Amino acid sequence: MNEQPVIQTRGLTKYFGAKPAVYDLNLEVPRGCVLAFLGRNGSGKTTTIRMLLGLLEPTRGEGSILGHDIRALPPEARERIGYLTEEHQLYGWMSVKECGGFQSQFYPRWNEKIFRGVIGHFSLKPAARVKDLSRGERAGLCLGLMLAPEPELLILDDPAMGLDPVARRSLVESMIYLTRRSDRTIFFSSHQLADVERVADYIAVLDHGVLRACCPVEAFRGSVKEVHLRFSGVPPALPKIPGLLQAFRTERELRVTCVHYSRAIEQALQALAPLQMEMAPISLEDAFISYLGERGEKSFILSETEVQP
Amino acid sequence: MINLNINTGSNTPIYKQITDQVRMAVASGRLAVDDQLPSIRALAERLVINPNTVARAYADLAREGLIESRAGRGVFVTRKRKMFMREEGWRRLEPLMDAVIGEAMVLDFTPLELREAFEKKLGQWKPRKGGSRNDE
Repeated sequence: MNEQPVIQTRGLTKYFGAKPAVYDLNLEVPRGCVLAFLGRNGSGKTTTIRMLLGLLEPTRGEGSILGHDIRALPPEARERIGYLTEEHQLYGWMSVKECGGFQSQFYPRWNEKIFRGVIGHFSLKPAARVKDLSRGERAGLCLGLMLAPEPELLILDDPAMGLDPVARRSLVESMIYLTRRSDRTIFFSSHQLADVERVADYIAVLDHGVLRACCPVEAFRGSVKEVHLRFSGVPPALPKIPGLLQAFRTERELRVTCVHYSRAIEQALQALAPLQMEMAPISLEDAFISYLGERGEKSFILSETEVQP
Repeated sequence: MINLNINTGSNTPIYKQITDQVRMAVASGRLAVDDQLPSIRALAERLVINPNTVARAYADLAREGLIESRAGRGVFVTRKRKMFMREEGWRRLEPLMDAVIGEAMVLDFTPLELREAFEKKLGQWKPRKGGSRNDE
């Protein structure tokens, strides 16, 4: 086991004007894990990624990637990092094969077999022109270009964006394939909870620039609980419950979603004297939405308790 | 052989979908003692899921004594040791029975009809190879 995290940040902060896009970020990504970087649009994911790669100067705080300061990444560290952006940049007049030939000149460790394997996996013809490729095919080409130098760390900024289900599946398969090497680390941002559920070991959740959770996927899912309470009449008012995320009230039922379910919460709910009370399992997507969703929308706001990860 | 499938977006975590299906297959006799399961890597790539998820499912099943890893040969169904204490077994079974009975009542089945249907179903289940829980 290599003890040092592949990515580590301390107090990483970026202001655009008076507004913090990323605030006091403390992130640790262990080697060999697949981490899904989640958060709503505009929550600061891309800003974070750009800072990690030294493409954007942090306002304050520090970070390291593969043991190097993010403010001074040497070229040999960059070579060990594969980066896939939201906007794939390619020359339209090149063929798929030419793209590989062009890119390979910049990487001494270029592995042509991997390049061919990935483009084959996405059913790309080597002679096809870049300008004629579909969005999914372009994503496949970019993935091939990124993976051929055999990077230790992959940073993918919303790789699934705009992909059809078939291309998305190919992408996920490629990520699974990469875990064959246990020392490879994948850090990807995504809105596709289904993909996250398939491939991720860890999730980090960013909300308005603040890290709200960074833990194994199952730990996150396990910490958000939904409880159904049935009453003979109108449910009583809910007392102040620590960690309350949402509460939905119907004629005879109360559904309470909370984080860090504890004995104290259970007792508080039992004290309402429901006819029946049961814990309902919750999907990863529902857990995520409860965690980040507006607590006022479609729900009966009973408390504005601030929830910490 | 066993046909494992998983669904994303389910209320049941993927590792638990796998353990549930293997347990069911063993209980119903579709998987017999000494049947081989796919390797962690092979199953992960077939289901397109993280190998750690399969590893976790297999670890849970191994802890229950349902499967074992034989060095250099793969993962096999073992002779089942007593999986749960009776008490725990009932705790798991009861909500399922309540669900079936509740549904049957809503659908206007009589207790007699339900009993007969239950007997008939029971008759269709082959006893699992490797004997009952009593011969351990």
